[in-house]
Amino acid sequence: MEMLKQVETRPLATSQQRQSQSFLEIANVSKVYPTAKGFYPVLQDVNLSVKEGEFICLIGHSGCGKTTLLNMVSGFNQPTEGTVQLRGKPITNPGPDRMVVFQGYALLPWLTAFENVYLAVDSVHPKKLEAEKRAIVREHLAMVGLADASDKKPPQLSGGMKQRVAIARALSIRPKVLILDEPFGALDAITKEELQEELLKIWNDHRCTVLMITHDIDEALFLADRLVMMTNGPAATIGEVMEIPFPRPRDRTQIMEDPEYYDLRNHALDFLYRRFAHDDTE
Amino acid sequence: MVANPGTRSTGSNVAGFARTFWKKQGQNIMLPLIGVFVFLLIWQLLSSTGITRLPGPISLVTEQRTRELLLYPFYDLGGLDKGLFWQTMYSLARVAKGYTAAAVVGIGLGILVGTNQTINKAVDPIFQFLRMIAPLAWVPISLIALQNVQQAAVFVIFITAVWPILINTTVGVQQIPQDYKNVARVLQISPRKYFFKVLIPSALPYIFTGLRIAIGLAWLAIIAAEIVMSGVIGIGFFIWNAYQNNYVSEVILAVFYIGAVGLLLDRAMAYLQQLILPEEQR
Ligand SMILES: Nc1ncnc2c1ncn2[C@@H]1O[C@H](COP(=O)(O)OP(=O)(O)OP(=O)(O)O)[C@@H](O)[C@H]1O
Ligand SMILES: [Mg+2]
Repeated sequence: MEMLKQVETRPLATSQQRQSQSFLEIANVSKVYPTAKGFYPVLQDVNLSVKEGEFICLIGHSGCGKTTLLNMVSGFNQPTEGTVQLRGKPITNPGPDRMVVFQGYALLPWLTAFENVYLAVDSVHPKKLEAEKRAIVREHLAMVGLADASDKKPPQLSGGMKQRVAIARALSIRPKVLILDEPFGALDAITKEELQEELLKIWNDHRCTVLMITHDIDEALFLADRLVMMTNGPAATIGEVMEIPFPRPRDRTQIMEDPEYYDLRNHALDFLYRRFAHDDTE
Repeated sequence: MVANPGTRSTGSNVAGFARTFWKKQGQNIMLPLIGVFVFLLIWQLLSSTGITRLPGPISLVTEQRTRELLLYPFYDLGGLDKGLFWQTMYSLARVAKGYTAAAVVGIGLGILVGTNQTINKAVDPIFQFLRMIAPLAWVPISLIALQNVQQAAVFVIFITAVWPILINTTVGVQQIPQDYKNVARVLQISPRKYFFKVLIPSALPYIFTGLRIAIGLAWLAIIAAEIVMSGVIGIGFFIWNAYQNNYVSEVILAVFYIGAVGLLLDRAMAYLQQLILPEEQR
């Protein structure tokens, strides 16, 4: 709530001013997994400082440790070395202030879309009035365009609709940090663009901090303030952080006409497919 | 040819329906009937040619004792002298008691063991060992332990039926997808809500599988138990008593009852399963 008020009182502030320093601090983080073949270092010396309200995209080859890194922010995982701090407090366990949109939606199939979202709202605000909670659920389902499908269960929903429910569920509890693990990877191109635009619009209205894993450079360029590019594992780290300077609100066609778009895009492609090309022999 | 078009069309509809129904289901009805008929025929031939001393199926009607039992299943002359309906009912009542206890203990313990890896490791070998013991082997043990024939019979049902329920419930709880557990952790769902909204619905298909296996086993066990525990009213002891008195066709008739009841119990569980389990989990 605090954060929302700030936004309301300074509606004209640019995104730069709104972001206070060192909101989320990932410092010297290493992660080592013990495996049958000995210790496997997934991440080494990862440093990243995220400002409040920032939209960060994370890109890197499969298996380099993107999920592992974000799991340390969500609290499912602890770093072997180093610290992950939110507002100066180390993250020790998962909590609704760092809500996750999981790689496989993770909706409960025996609950309707409404009930899935309601479960989240009810768990986070047990003391709120029933009517209030229901209103929150309805509002967020409507926000992702699913007002009509709220009584359907996940098996009756398409992939895009499931992802919308998952996003509605995540946003309904107003997290400080929203973590999305490849949210649109399994969707067709049109649904994907629709959802990207919806996500951006919602983020514009609510301004939570977003950390999102993606495999799609265009998606990252459209959505993010900064694109974090990871080197290959084992012992992966952040190879480069790219600022994406396009002004907001962004328009897809407009930024794609910007010559800088292709410079950035080529730079990222170069990073991923030349400097840190995936070693297929592995 | 001036018939009422309305009636004609409905008439041909009914006929058409009957025809398509017969086309689809005809084989499913005819073939089992033929199978049963051939089976009974071979049996009758074997006994009338004297290859086996077992009377043929026709003896059920020709023998006076079984004809009376067939015609008067509800008679009750006190003591052990009761119609087959009542014999079956006494056995079923025992099954109901033992089975209910098995369901309560099996599901309860299964959830405990499934959620707690330490307890699981400690008790799993005991369970795996105990479930291998045949129902009949439990009879002397339960008679010694309980001293009371009625209680001992119920105990044999219980101990036979509890293992599949317990083991399936344990597996069901262990199989809860990590995604669902992660959602529960992020949202910090209360234990009570986790139990009712995540754990039980997720494990339900497994629990039902256990319950269905167990009902068949319980019915098998009661017959065995009653045969050994002389002097109780029940279809199992009825068989034993008839055998002792050399009323062979009575034995055969009782066996038909047992088979029919077992089949009904299994069907009833399957129906219940279909009724309670949501479509998407079957
Ligand atoms: N619990 C674990 N124990 C051992 N190794 C693990 C564990 N979890 C992940 N790994 C390994 O760590 C590496 C990074 O995994 P991670 O899931 O973070 O990759 P990712 O970048 O998210 O990949 P993808 O893009 O395919 O989702 C992989 O090589 C994986 O095999
Ligand atoms: Mg991943």
